[in-house]
Order: sequence, then structure tokens, then C-alpha cells
Amino acid sequence: MGSPIECTNLRKTYDGKVEAVRGLSLRIEAAECFGLLGPNGAGKTTTIEILEGLLAPTSGEVRIFGHTWADNPRQLREWLGISLQETRLSEKLTVRETIELFASFYREPCSIAGILEELQLTEKADAWVGKLSGGQKQRLAVATALVGNPRILFLDEPTTGLDPQSRRQLWDIVRVFQKKGGTILLTTHYMDEAERLCDRLAIVDHGQIIAEGTPSDLIDRLGGHHVVEFQVSKNGNTDNDNLDNDNLDNDDLDRWRSLPSVESVRREDSTVCLSVREPHLTIPALLDAVTNHGHQLEHLSTRQASLEDVFVQLTGRHLRED
Amino acid sequence: MATTETNAPKLNAHKYQEPQPIQPARPNGRWSGYRHLLWARILELKREPEVVFWVFIFPLLLAAGLGIAFRDKPADITSVVVIDGPGAQKTLAMLEYPNKNSSAHSPVRATVLDRDAALKAFHFGKFDLAIESNPDGSYTYYYDPARPESVLSRAEIDAALQSAAGRKDALSTFAQSSSEPGSRYIDFLIPGLLGMNLMNSGMWGVGFALVEMRQRKLLKRFVATPMRRSDFLLALTSSRLVLMVIEVGLLLGFGVLVFHMRVQGSILSIILLATLGAVAFGGVGLLTACRAQKIETVSGLINLVMMPMWIFSGVFFSYDRFPAIAHPFIKALPLTALNDALRATILEGATLGSQSGRLLVLAVWGGVSFVLALRWFRWT
Repeated sequence: MGSPIECTNLRKTYDGKVEAVRGLSLRIEAAECFGLLGPNGAGKTTTIEILEGLLAPTSGEVRIFGHTWADNPRQLREWLGISLQETRLSEKLTVRETIELFASFYREPCSIAGILEELQLTEKADAWVGKLSGGQKQRLAVATALVGNPRILFLDEPTTGLDPQSRRQLWDIVRVFQKKGGTILLTTHYMDEAERLCDRLAIVDHGQIIAEGTPSDLIDRLGGHHVVEFQVSKNGNTDNDNLDNDNLDNDDLDRWRSLPSVESVRREDSTVCLSVREPHLTIPALLDAVTNHGHQLEHLSTRQASLEDVFVQLTGRHLRED
Repeated sequence: MATTETNAPKLNAHKYQEPQPIQPARPNGRWSGYRHLLWARILELKREPEVVFWVFIFPLLLAAGLGIAFRDKPADITSVVVIDGPGAQKTLAMLEYPNKNSSAHSPVRATVLDRDAALKAFHFGKFDLAIESNPDGSYTYYYDPARPESVLSRAEIDAALQSAAGRKDALSTFAQSSSEPGSRYIDFLIPGLLGMNLMNSGMWGVGFALVEMRQRKLLKRFVATPMRRSDFLLALTSSRLVLMVIEVGLLLGFGVLVFHMRVQGSILSIILLATLGAVAFGGVGLLTACRAQKIETVSGLINLVMMPMWIFSGVFFSYDRFPAIAHPFIKALPLTALNDALRATILEGATLGSQSGRLLVLAVWGGVSFVLALRWFRWT
């Protein structure tokens, strides 16, 4: 039996024009939680729906445990639990009725009581779906995915729009499923979700994987684990009037890059962001440099590097930019 | 905030506790999905007050309203005015006469008014006929040849007065009243409403419901499970059949109880016919909705499909009023076939075997629609 999910060179072109997925290959191992991280419109949903057998790729191959979707779609469906982005389940069925309905499609489903308990929906079992909160609805959506005893769980943006507590509840559910040996593929545009939940990640942009690895691998690839952000003003003026910024920019950035332990530099509006291996070497030198050039430091902060920094470095854009 | 605190220990428990394996329930059989889909659909319909109104109550209101508006006037009372004068009382007495010993004449309601008032009331249509007795013992009738009831009234009153004056009939005749259940407008109407209701609920119940589920991405969610697609479509269609039995029962029961309608055909034939009708319109509904992505689109399409049948298929009035050249086309419409077959079965007691042509029309519409719908169907 092959790995749970494998795809090679997936392409999807809509209407012969829009290329949503452009040559994407993945291999996800058993009991792994794998994340597709990327901004809206990056092709994450198209990719996951191709893997789920809901969309046909324009070209490329998908294998689920070594089988293609053409081989035995019904058997593959038994193995998969799927939560789509924004499915609106019937509002006038109760939680229990909804789970029972989905359970009835599978040969050997879980016990309804067990699923209700696991997803903390027991209290709401007899409430109409229309009366649930966003977090409860999302847990119900995951319950309908888990009730078939799947081997692979697909979650498309599972926590978008949820409050922090509901998000954590969902993360716990995913971890429990993983502990039992389940494989998870999820898409998200939340960095924290990807960092905490996923064993491995692929960063997707414009239909392609631009980086892949464990969260810490990806951050390592930035070069520095720390980010130093600061603003300076020249001769008392904050450096955000753009009159001659462009001329100064390159000179400035070169100057900051030459500071000790700095791996890379980028500028966001008036803030300069340095990726730094060892801040205790960089910061004294930075302070000296600012003073020597007759500038004033307006703001200085340091933090751990995140996947957001990786994404910005790779694409020059933020994940959440719409 | 309180919920955060109470839930927090539970959440942590997941991390440290070995997760309990979920016990598998007993395996599902072949029809488990179908049964649950059907049951879920029925529950949803039951919980939707609009459905109860449009499917069950609205046809009854329509039948009641139209049945009352177009009810037959009780035994055609002839309403006449006698112009006041010396002979007026005698005339009244003569008009009383036939009522006592003959059923051949309709009852007469006679009123005495002075000349001006009588003629004015007659011209306004309050009376069918004005009678004036002349001093020489003759009578003058004022009647309106453009009003059938006025013409009729003149003949009736004349016959009444003549026989009261001693005229003997040369022939003895017997009249049998024929305003019996079976030939009234309400009898024509109820089977038509039944057919229209089957069409409405098939088109909206299948077509609209499908697009709504497609728009909610519920269809896509369903096909992401091992659910058999045929089970889903079967369940959607057969949920209509459950409703159909109730609809037919209510509407026919209403006709029988309230309007004393007589059902001549067998209940089994009616149910079989209604089933065929419901399935045929389920197929047409499926076809109408097989590609539409938005509720607005499918609403327009459904109205477009149903509009010709409302007009041509003889729901409220007979399609005989349309030129004969159009009849073959009208008869090829599924609702015409269903209405004709329902009327023949309910009102005349015709057997299904004698209506194979109509059944064929329904079956072809349903079958062809189903096949095309399945070919073009869009699940996502």
C-alpha cells in the first residue's frame, strides 16, 4: 500500500485560461499532519479538492494509498473524511440526525454517541443545526468527516472565522485523530495554526509549492531565528516621507545588512526588518550605526521568526493580504 | 468567559489522556444511506412551515375559494318582479300555483313593486323578468334577450301562467334533475388542482431543493462521502411520493366532504396515477435543476417550464377553448395528460388500461427527463 496521499505534477486550468494549480507534487506520510499554507487564491482549495477526487485535474496524477480515483472511487471515499470550506448543512436537522445521516453512507461508521462525545457536541445533540454557534457548526462539520472512521482527514480552512477557543478545540480534535494513526491534510492561511498543528508544511503561492518542510526547517531556511524591527528618523524627521527614500533605500538596506549576524533585510513602509541569528550581537552594532549616522531610533523590537516571515521573504507579500 | 474556564480542563485532558478508541457501530447495509436520506428529507419538509402551507393548505384554500365562487346557484331560482296594479295579486297567486304541484318548473321568487321601481330594478339586473298585467287580462313581459336567464325566465313564467290559467299540456313529460355531483365546476376543478399540485411540488420540491443544496455546497459534501448518487436522487424523488399520498388524500377528502364530490375510480388507480405524475414531474424538476447554480436561476426556469401548462393543460378551464389545431400539442404536455387521466379516473371511473396514451406521455416525459438530467447533472 502506497503512502496515504501522493500527487505528481498536478495542474488545473479553468476555462483554458486561469491556471489555479501549476505543477504541484506532494507526498504525505501515514500519521502525518500536513499543511498547505498560502494566501487566499493561492490554489490551496483547488489542490485539496483534486486530492479529494471532487475535481478532475487538467493533468497530473493523484494516488490515495496507491489507488487512483478512477480505480475504485467508492473504496477511496470510505477511507476519506472531508470537511469542505463553508458547507451549509441542513439547518432544520438536529446535530444527531446530521451525524446519523452521514454515518449511514459508510460501511462501518463510528458510534454516534462516541463522535458526539469526542467533538463535545453531546449537549447540543438535539439542537437544530441552524441554532449552533460558528465553532459548534465547524465541529459538526468535522464530526461528519470523522463519523465514517476515515484513515485520512481533509480539512479545508477548518478554523477560518472561529474564535480562539473554538480554534483550539478543533486543533485538539485533529491531534486526537492523529494520535490514533490518522493522516491529516489541512489548508490554512493562519501561520500559528500551521506552526502548532502541522508536522510538515508546503507553502503554496500562485498554484505552486514555493517551500516545503517542517515549520522549524522553513524558519531555519530564513537564516535567522529572530527578527529585529526598528524605525529611524533622520535629523529628527521620521523616515516615512517618500521624497528621496528611493535613493536612500538601497544604501540604507546595504548598511543594515552589513551589521553582524544579519542574514537578510527587508523594509515594510518605514520599518526595517532584519532576520538575525544572534540578536545580542546585532543590536549593539545597530545602535552604534544609528548614532554614527546622526539618526534617531524611533522604535525597536525583537521577536522569534515566524512562518509569516518565511512567506514574506519568499514572496514579498503577507499571507493575509487580500 | 465562564465557558472558557469550564472547558479548559477538558481540552487539556485530550492531550494527556490516551484517547479512547471509538467503538465501531454495527456495519451499515446497502439501503442504509437511502433510508437516512429519505428520512432526513421528510424531517426537513415537516419542519418547514412554508412547505406545509404550499403543499397542503394552499391547494385546499384554492379549491375552497374557487368551489364557492363557481358553485351552482341553488336550484336556479327565477327572480321576477310584478308591476303593481289591479291584477298584481292575482298574478302572484297564479305564479304560486305551479310550485305546488309540479317539479317541472323552477321555484319562482316574485316581488311586487310600482312600475318605475320595478323597471329600474329589472334594468339593473336585479330581476330576470318584469311582468305587467294589462287591464284587458293580457300580460306584458319585459325581458332582456341578451341575458340567458331573462329569456329562460320568460319561457318559465309564461308556461306557469298559462298552466295556472287552465292550459292543458298536450304531452305528459317528466323532468329528471341533473345538477348532480360529477358535472359541476368543483368536480372539474379538484382533479385539475390535484394535477397542478403534483406538478408544483415535483418542480419545486425536487428542482428547487436540489439547487438550494448545490448552492449550499451540500451536494458536494454528499458526493465527498461514499453515498450512492442514485440513492440521493431516489430519496429526493420518493420523499415527494410520501407527500403526494397525503396531498391526494387531503384534496380528494376535502372535495368529498365539503363539496360532496363523488370519486368513481378506484383509489388504487388514483394513487398509481398520482405516483406516475409525481415521478414524471420529479424528472422534469430534476432536468430543470440539473445545471443551475443559483436559486434565482432555477426559480426562473421552473416558472418558465410550468407557465405553459398552467395555461394550456386545463387546470381551471377546459383546453377545448383553445383552437383545435393546438390540441395535439396541448395533449402532449405532461400536465394535460395527468389532468385528463385524473379526471377520467376520478369522475368517470375510467380504468388505467383505457388511458395508455396518457400514461405513455407521462412516462416518456419523466423517463427522458431523468436520463438527460443524470447525464448533465452537476454535483458541485
